[in-house]
Amino acid sequence: MTKTAHDFAKASAKALGDRQSRAILHKAIGHIRVLRQRSVNAMPDFAERQARAVAVRDKTLAKLPELLEKLEASVTAVGGRVHYAETAETAATLVARILSERGAKLVVKGKSMVSEEMGLNEVLEAAGIEAVETDLGEYIIQLAGQRPSHILAPALHVSKEQVSDLFARKFGRTSTDIPEMTRIARDSLRQKFLAADAGITGCNIAIAETGTVTVLENEGNIRLSGSCPPIHIALMTLEKVVETLADAAVVLDILPPAATGQTLPVHLSFFTGARREGERDGPREMHLVILDNGRSDILADPKLRSILRCIRCGACLNVCPVYQSVGGHAYGTVYPGPMGSVISPLLKDNPGDPRQPFACTHCAACSEACPAGIDHPALLQELRRRVSETETDLPVAAFSLLARHPLLFGGAAAVGRLFDPKLREVAAVAPDAPVGRFLRCREFPGLARPFSRRFKALARRLKRLQGGRA
Amino acid sequence: MEAFLFIPCLVEHVLPQVGEATTAVLVRAGLTPVLPKGQTCCGQFAYKRGRADLVRPLARRFVEIFQDAPVVVCPSGSCTAMVRRYPSLFAEDDPFREQAAHVAAKTFELGQFLVERLGLTDLGARWDLTAALHGSCQTTRVLGAGSATEALLAKVAGLTLVPLARPERCCGFGGAFSIDYPEASEAIVAEKIDDIVASGAEAVITAEPSCLLNIASAMAKRDLPIRALHLAEVLAGEGI
Ligand code: SF4
Repeated sequence: MTKTAHDFAKASAKALGDRQSRAILHKAIGHIRVLRQRSVNAMPDFAERQARAVAVRDKTLAKLPELLEKLEASVTAVGGRVHYAETAETAATLVARILSERGAKLVVKGKSMVSEEMGLNEVLEAAGIEAVETDLGEYIIQLAGQRPSHILAPALHVSKEQVSDLFARKFGRTSTDIPEMTRIARDSLRQKFLAADAGITGCNIAIAETGTVTVLENEGNIRLSGSCPPIHIALMTLEKVVETLADAAVVLDILPPAATGQTLPVHLSFFTGARREGERDGPREMHLVILDNGRSDILADPKLRSILRCIRCGACLNVCPVYQSVGGHAYGTVYPGPMGSVISPLLKDNPGDPRQPFACTHCAACSEACPAGIDHPALLQELRRRVSETETDLPVAAFSLLARHPLLFGGAAAVGRLFDPKLREVAAVAPDAPVGRFLRCREFPGLARPFSRRFKALARRLKRLQGGRA
Repeated sequence: MEAFLFIPCLVEHVLPQVGEATTAVLVRAGLTPVLPKGQTCCGQFAYKRGRADLVRPLARRFVEIFQDAPVVVCPSGSCTAMVRRYPSLFAEDDPFREQAAHVAAKTFELGQFLVERLGLTDLGARWDLTAALHGSCQTTRVLGAGSATEALLAKVAGLTLVPLARPERCCGFGGAFSIDYPEASEAIVAEKIDDIVASGAEAVITAEPSCLLNIASAMAKRDLPIRALHLAEVLAGEGI
């Protein structure tokens, strides 16, 4: 096994020990799932909408380089600037440089997974720039010194009571009443919006023909981050572009229902360039940073390309039995769950555990839920194949060899039967070995007299019985 | 008509009663079950570990064994799904690919075979039992045989099906997954069992031997008085 910085098996085992977190996670995901189901049920034509969205995503990927050029031209035409970054690290450095050159000291951020991927907050901090998260969930996570655990609901793993304690510590003011808690956070954040030198946002969809950056949210903080401060920096990964406004509408048709069960989110912002002559508000400068971090290689790979259809709705996380049990942090990457298990190992910077694609039961709930029609099990299978090619898997090789020779296979089973009662003891002696851990919650079933030895007599008896009845 | 039995290794060596029940059900459906010699394992385990190269020789053996069968019937959704994938393991220009496709096309999961090929739903079985159905992921989502299972169970006299809160949820076995990530697997099966217990069922029924084994062995560890039955056992009726 390759040595890795992150070991999902260990991290997940540890996460499973935390009963309280698991209970919170369950409740929260269960709630989202119900909302989603309700909204999908309310749209009898959801499948058609979905098919249209998949077609738009595929069309986009088929001409991605051309669309990015178009996007760059459009953004430039409306007074913005486009920057390409090959890796997460170069992207973060680039953002820090833009800010430092302009003497920025305080930055407000709207939720952005891309900035997490870049490790932006740390880089900004090192450059002496304070970055304040303004999305409530993200703000909570930042105050708590944690990382998001879900691509859509970053604080999904935190309970209301935990947030209340956190607020008491940080603000000396608290409540467990949600509107009141929101007010406490807002009081602290409002001053930041007014004082900020720049605002950083993510991007759900970029529209090539108009140079527009679109973001969806329920709180309005991203909207303020992108319009209040004098500089707006939007971050996106390169596949987030679509060609036209009409194409964006097709994606918007399925994203909120699949994500939060809403028809549309509370706020849907379209940021198009910087403030123009004669306009009274909006940022004076607008930058769009487009991150690659391994994605152009994925695009060039016909077997894996379809993961770039992902619209970050989080539906696959919410139905994944593994994610539901271990939570997002165990993955050790920015993108957890099924979509993360596919995309993370393919990223250049911070790819996570290369064995991540193996941590899946092949239940296919993810592909069933995915509005972008991504076949995660097939993609994970391809990644497993690539990892396995480079290593020897002795148990599997031995099993396969035996299975090629029926006599040996039967013989091995016979030997197994001989030792049958002893196997349980083996598990007791080596409780930390895989077999021991496997049997910790299972009663060893034992090996039976093979079916094939009983078949002939059984078939004869059954035929006789059947004949008698007929 | 003869129906060739494809008995997965797990059934052959651990759950022979499932093979017996399958035989009985086929006889009751008016078929003559045939058990060709030399079958071992479909290679699913190696496939899920990403080792298609180790599955290929097993696929070749399988195709040789079942080439001339009029139809191949298997009491496992996941093993049937594996056989259906065989053609994809061989290159486009490999003549073997076509042979594999030929065999894959006539291989069926038991329930799907009965309902979709024979048009049978009522096999005259009787069980006085309150049971919950665990629709295995491979049988339902991957193979699309879930509705056949339901149709067959609906016709079993005396059987009352009680719903699970999350019938669609995986039991956490996933072949190598349960050995590579035993803690996560344990957590997932624990929930499945909690769900079964909460349903008040006296038994849990599934069409997938791996799920059956996983759920049954985890229930046994907890000393729960709940039976675990394969679809074939239910269709064969009490006391074959
Ligand atoms: S992979 Fe599919 S379900 Fe998962 S986040 Fe992306 S679009 Fe949503």
